[in-house]
Amino acid sequence: MTAAASSFRFSSSRDRRRLATGLLFISPWILGFIVFRVYPFLASLYYSFTFYPVLRSPRWLGWDNYVNLFDDPRFLTSLWNSTYYALGAVPLGTLFGILLAMLLNMRVRGLSAFRTIFFLPSITPIVAAAIVWLWMFNPRSGVVNYLLSFVGINGPAWLGDPQWAKAALILMSVWSVGNAVVIYLAALQDVPRELLEASSLDGANAMQKIWNITLPMISPVILFNVIVGLIAAFQFFTQVHVMTDGRGSPADSTLMMSIYLYQSAFEFFKMGYASAQAWILFLIIVVFTMVLFRVSGRLVYYGGR
Amino acid sequence: MDTPRAQAAASTTGVQRLSRPLGETGKYLVLALFSAFFLIPLVWMVSTSLKNAEELPLYPPIWIPDPIRWDNYVTAFVEGSLGGYLWNTVVVTVPSVIGAVLSNALIAYGFARVQWPGRDYVFAIVLATMILPDFVTFIPLYLIFRDLNWLNTYYPLILPIFLGSPFFIFLLRQFLMALPAELTDAAHVDGASELLIFLRIVIPLATPALAVVALFQFIGSWNDYFGPLIYLSDVDKYTISLGIANMESAYGFSNFAWIMAATCMSILPIILLFFFAQRTFIEGIALTGLKG
Repeated sequence: MTAAASSFRFSSSRDRRRLATGLLFISPWILGFIVFRVYPFLASLYYSFTFYPVLRSPRWLGWDNYVNLFDDPRFLTSLWNSTYYALGAVPLGTLFGILLAMLLNMRVRGLSAFRTIFFLPSITPIVAAAIVWLWMFNPRSGVVNYLLSFVGINGPAWLGDPQWAKAALILMSVWSVGNAVVIYLAALQDVPRELLEASSLDGANAMQKIWNITLPMISPVILFNVIVGLIAAFQFFTQVHVMTDGRGSPADSTLMMSIYLYQSAFEFFKMGYASAQAWILFLIIVVFTMVLFRVSGRLVYYGGR
Repeated sequence: MDTPRAQAAASTTGVQRLSRPLGETGKYLVLALFSAFFLIPLVWMVSTSLKNAEELPLYPPIWIPDPIRWDNYVTAFVEGSLGGYLWNTVVVTVPSVIGAVLSNALIAYGFARVQWPGRDYVFAIVLATMILPDFVTFIPLYLIFRDLNWLNTYYPLILPIFLGSPFFIFLLRQFLMALPAELTDAAHVDGASELLIFLRIVIPLATPALAVVALFQFIGSWNDYFGPLIYLSDVDKYTISLGIANMESAYGFSNFAWIMAATCMSILPIILLFFFAQRTFIEGIALTGLKG
């Protein structure tokens, strides 16, 4: 913001003293940045080009790990599964997040009760949620298929069926949409009333108001949530690890990139191979984030800036 | 009430009169449906935790167990060593919360209220590290902690938190920057040191934001699964998330009732915290999204 104002010129001893003070305050971050960010970042890049069975020292390989990865059907499966999950869970979460926030924003009686109900799943420990859903998805005695039977649907085997396992995980992801609802609700409450009232006078209907005013006004928040959601979705791990005992079953249908990466590192002890997977995961996240920023340049409204 | 309008446009009010209540009903119907969707798993969790083993596989499922088996909660402690897991989690979580509040407050102060050359460039780096996935760094980190002989200890879970986290730094910096300069000007003129100003003036004013950090870190540490999974190998050192996951895979379906009791117990502290600090929660979450 004020990047131009604070240049690198050291005009006085006062500046130098301030620099020392500033650096002193942020020194924990500097230490953490070097030890827990920069070093591991570079080290994993290096490992990704090595053969590194964990008990011996790494040996340089060049591009072999990367070449092998794209010949590895399990890796390609994990790439597909993670993309499928992310492209299912993120749009669905965004849609329901905004929808529920809009409903709550329409002068609802019992607002705080609804907000609490929506929010509780978001703070439920993931492992607890995973265990409960695992049994709710049980094809024979599970609650999900029991409830579906009321509307005449004979539910699938969910986590037991490779065709439905990812869908089950996506459905479950909607359960913790409450966090986003709270964020969207706060954003909606900041949309100026006058704008909406003025457009009503001009004869805009509800859909037009949502499309032309509300959504553009909250678009920076949507972008933020989509990016955060996408980064999280590509690192989706805990639920699958708990619900499939770390296997990504059935038939690798829930083998996410993170799960396979973890297997490479801690089950097959191939640290180099795992690091290459980690770097591909990182590049995917970077590319998606950049594309989103690019595309959103035209769609996101930043208050006239 | 709306007679003037009704007279003016009789035909449209007819539609409105019909659609208003319909819209209202529709709104509450959707909200109720979603409430059911959000609540059923939690209700199911509590209900299952109070069941007899014989009731577990029944179809259609039983919602109100008969008799209600409170002793499942005792079994969770006796059979599932729930007490040990809870205690381990407290041992990890308490220092983590202290570490997060201390370190991020200091760091954010350095970014928000000390003017030093190059500050905003460095802050841009802080923000950039937010998109660095944990999965990129965890292998070298694991190897560092292995070489330090810290595997199977709580140090890898606690110590990094004392060095700040970009998200909390960002959150607190926003808050500190919004405090008016006049608050600290007088103290500066009097020659007070930055540390004194930080401790005496800024920290007391920043309590609401620090509460948000404490809350989020508490939940983060309490719920953490990945960290304990890679660093802890002794079952008696497991934290609660790892502990209940372990119960789930170690004991079969017939023990599921008391495993659910353990699961309920793992959520209880978080739920209690939520009801005591609901405002802090909601405001904190709203803050995270809005200033992005």
